[in-house]
Amino acid sequence: MNDPAIETRGLRKAYDGVLALASLDLRVGPGEVVGLLGPNGAGKTTAVKLLLGLVRKSGGEGTVLGRPLGDRGARSRIGYLPELFRYQAWLTADEVLHLHAGLAGLPGSRRGPEIVRVLGLVGLADRAHDRVGGFSKGMQQRLGLAVALLGDPALVILDEPTSALDPVGRDDVRAIIRDARARGSAVLLNSHLLGEVERLCDRAVIVNKGSVVASGTLGELLGESTVRLRVTGMPADLTPLHAFGPLTDEDGWLVIRPVDPERIPDLVAAVVAMGGRVHAVDPARRTLEELFLDVVRGPGAGASPGALVYPAPPARPMPPPPPAAGGPWVTR
Amino acid sequence: MNPRVVLVIAGLTIREITRRRIIWVLAGLSVVSVALVGWGVHQLVSMSSGNGITDAELQLGVSQVLILIAFMFSFVLAMSAAFLAAPAIASDVETGTVLAMLARPMHRADLIVGRWLGLGLIVAVYAAGSGLLAIGVVGLVTGYSPPSMQLALAYLAFQAVAVMTAALALGSRLPGIAAGAITVVLFGLGWFTGVLGAVATAFGTDQLSGVGSVYRLLFPTDGLWRGVIYGLEPAAAVLATRIAGRVAEANPFYADAPPSSAFIVWCVVWVLGVLALGAWLFRRREL
Repeated sequence: MNDPAIETRGLRKAYDGVLALASLDLRVGPGEVVGLLGPNGAGKTTAVKLLLGLVRKSGGEGTVLGRPLGDRGARSRIGYLPELFRYQAWLTADEVLHLHAGLAGLPGSRRGPEIVRVLGLVGLADRAHDRVGGFSKGMQQRLGLAVALLGDPALVILDEPTSALDPVGRDDVRAIIRDARARGSAVLLNSHLLGEVERLCDRAVIVNKGSVVASGTLGELLGESTVRLRVTGMPADLTPLHAFGPLTDEDGWLVIRPVDPERIPDLVAAVVAMGGRVHAVDPARRTLEELFLDVVRGPGAGASPGALVYPAPPARPMPPPPPAAGGPWVTR
Repeated sequence: MNPRVVLVIAGLTIREITRRRIIWVLAGLSVVSVALVGWGVHQLVSMSSGNGITDAELQLGVSQVLILIAFMFSFVLAMSAAFLAAPAIASDVETGTVLAMLARPMHRADLIVGRWLGLGLIVAVYAAGSGLLAIGVVGLVTGYSPPSMQLALAYLAFQAVAVMTAALALGSRLPGIAAGAITVVLFGLGWFTGVLGAVATAFGTDQLSGVGSVYRLLFPTDGLWRGVIYGLEPAAAVLATRIAGRVAEANPFYADAPPSSAFIVWCVVWVLGVLALGAWLFRRREL
């Protein structure tokens, strides 16, 4: 009962010698919502297909709901929305759900009420008897969500669940995922929309080139605090400020990342002591997007485009001199 | 294999096909074709009655027309079976529909066998329906009743099921169009090698006549077609052809004997083997 919903170690997949997934270590606890992130071609969809037994592993090991990968007993308790969501166009939404209820072996007495419940959940209650062929992409994705949520599965795997949805639809999906978690389902959310993952997930796993490059709770991953200062009248030599962390200029803001939040008052005092005038102090945590870009492209990639990075001493004892007195972040 | 899931897929397949307009168009065209054939045969019989044609000659002529009609239906059936079955798995894979289904607790073989069962029922019903209609209309206007109508219809359906099985198995691994085209070529080759073998027998070239027999084992549709012919031709025609000698065997619309029991058993094994091969190919396929 307390088996992890998903646990993989070194899971590997190669297609005809081409490595799609090098080594996946993934753990999703019961009732946990985990985001699986990565750039295109990172191996996320391959990972999902391995978990469901749709492709065979080339190496490594894993379990889903305590059973080996692809086990049919485990699959009866999994709901899945594929990235390529297509359902029989000649069937009605109600018929598609009856088909999946039949394939899943849902008892006959439960089917009717369960289908009504999931259709209502995804906002398709009034389209139950319309043919899927007449549905928009967004409606088909909603239907796919209903199929995935049918029968209160212990694990829901959603591969890009909002790719065809408008902002209202995305908000609905967030509510649906929270509802699934409240009903005790574990959720693996494969998404490019980092804001979504940041809002919904307990943990995130970032995959790049087939391997996990970062994973942890959002608190652990985004733990690096940042402070942004808008200051004027600063001298050219900023050496004293390097003691607080690496400095960058982002769109006229003096940014220190990472910074110890406890030392922000000292930082402000140091700026004032150097003759600077502080107009604004904006303590901020790193966003998931910044973290994602850093781990996928390399450190510093998460900073704003065009940001100037000032290396700290002793690698370069002095910051590069700005074109005029004061740093480029100085507003005159 | 899970029989419950197989039945769910078979039901889905029947519903899918019966909701396609093309099936009803095909059924309508079949009815129109039978009506035209009935009119043509009626004209033939009424116009020949004053020309000194004997009843036996008339019966022989009508039986040959009926065999030609059966040939037309067997061709239409084979084409329909090939192009219905070839995309049955292939298009599900190409569109991604299969992903959500196979993530359910089912074997991949359930999908193949369920599709086969649903398609097999449709093909068998169409074969029996169209064949019965054609034989009934010809019987109505000429009074000719083939000696083994049920057997002929059974062979017609069996032939279509064999074609359908091959197309389904190929479609479990190949794109639908490729699977359909290959199946049609295999079916055509079967008919061609059958005719070639018969002509070779008539000419006494035994080495060549073996080609038809060997191909019949690899793709048995022509052997089953011979069963259709035998069921439709009158006993007098068989007798007359036997008297005429082996030259008469060159007629591609003549069969001097029904398929042997061993051949029927082989056909059953062949269908099950091809179906198992399709399931094996699909099980190994990366989705």
